[in-house]
Amino acid sequence: MSMFNILDISASAMHAQTVRLNTVASNMANADSVSSNKDETYRSKQPVFQTILDGATNEPKGGVRIKEIVESQAPLKMEYNPNHPMANEEGYIYRPNVNVVEEMANMLSASRSYETNIEVMNTSKQLLLRTIQLGK
Amino acid sequence: MAESIFGIHERALQIRTARGEVLANNLANADTPNFKARDIDFRQAISQAQESLSQSKPDLMKTNSRHISGFADATTESFLKYRVPTQPSLDGNTVETHVEKAKFMENAMQHQATLEFIDSKISGIRGALRGE
Repeated sequence: MSMFNILDISASAMHAQTVRLNTVASNMANADSVSSNKDETYRSKQPVFQTILDGATNEPKGGVRIKEIVESQAPLKMEYNPNHPMANEEGYIYRPNVNVVEEMANMLSASRSYETNIEVMNTSKQLLLRTIQLGK
Repeated sequence: MAESIFGIHERALQIRTARGEVLANNLANADTPNFKARDIDFRQAISQAQESLSQSKPDLMKTNSRHISGFADATTESFLKYRVPTQPSLDGNTVETHVEKAKFMENAMQHQATLEFIDSKISGIRGALRGE
C-alpha cells in the first residue's frame, strides 16, 4: 500500500540530512587548513536541498534530494604571518571561509531534522503493523 | 459487500494514509528553500466520501455481474491546500516543524482510531459467524 511511501519520504530526508552532516564535518575538519595561495584554499561547502518533483506534472512527488553542493563565496581570511611555513612571498597566509559558529548551528539543525524523520518512520511502522494485525 | 461492512472507515483510512504522506513530506522538506507546506482538508474529503457512499455510487467499473462493487483509490489531490505559516521565514519555506509534528501525531491517532473501528467490525462479524 501507499503507506510504504512515507518510509521512502523519510528515508530520502534522512539521506539528505546525512549529506548535510557530512559537509559540516568536512568544513569543521578543514576550518584551520591554511594555504599560501587563494586558489588552493579550502572553501566552505554547503548542500542545496530540493523537493523531488514529478517529471510530468511538476507537482511535489514526496521526499527531498540534494540538488548540488556549492562552495561558499564568502571572502577568504587573509592573515599577515611571515613566520608561518605556508606564508607566501609577501608574508601572507590564507584561511578558509568556514564560519565555525554557523556550522555548529547547521549541525544541530541537521540532527534535529534527522530525529524528526526517525519519529515519523517509527509512527508509520506502528500504524503499518497495526494494519497487518487487523482481525487477529 | 465489503464497503457495507466497513462503511465510511474504509475511505477514511485511505484519506488518513494520504494525509500522513503529505505531512511526512512537509517534515522531510523542513530545510528545503521555497518549499510550501501542504495539508489535506479531511473534512471536505470525508464529506465527499460520505456523499458517494450514501448515494451508493461505487466508482469502480464493473464489466462482469460477478465483480465485487467497491471504491477506486480515493483521490485526495483536489483537497490539497497550502498551509498559512504563522511566522514566515527568510528562505520562503513555510514548514513549521512543531505545527507539522502536531498534525502528524493527530493524524496518527485518528488513523489508529479508524483501525480500531475496522477491527471491532471484524471481530463483531466473526462473533456473529461463530454464534458466540
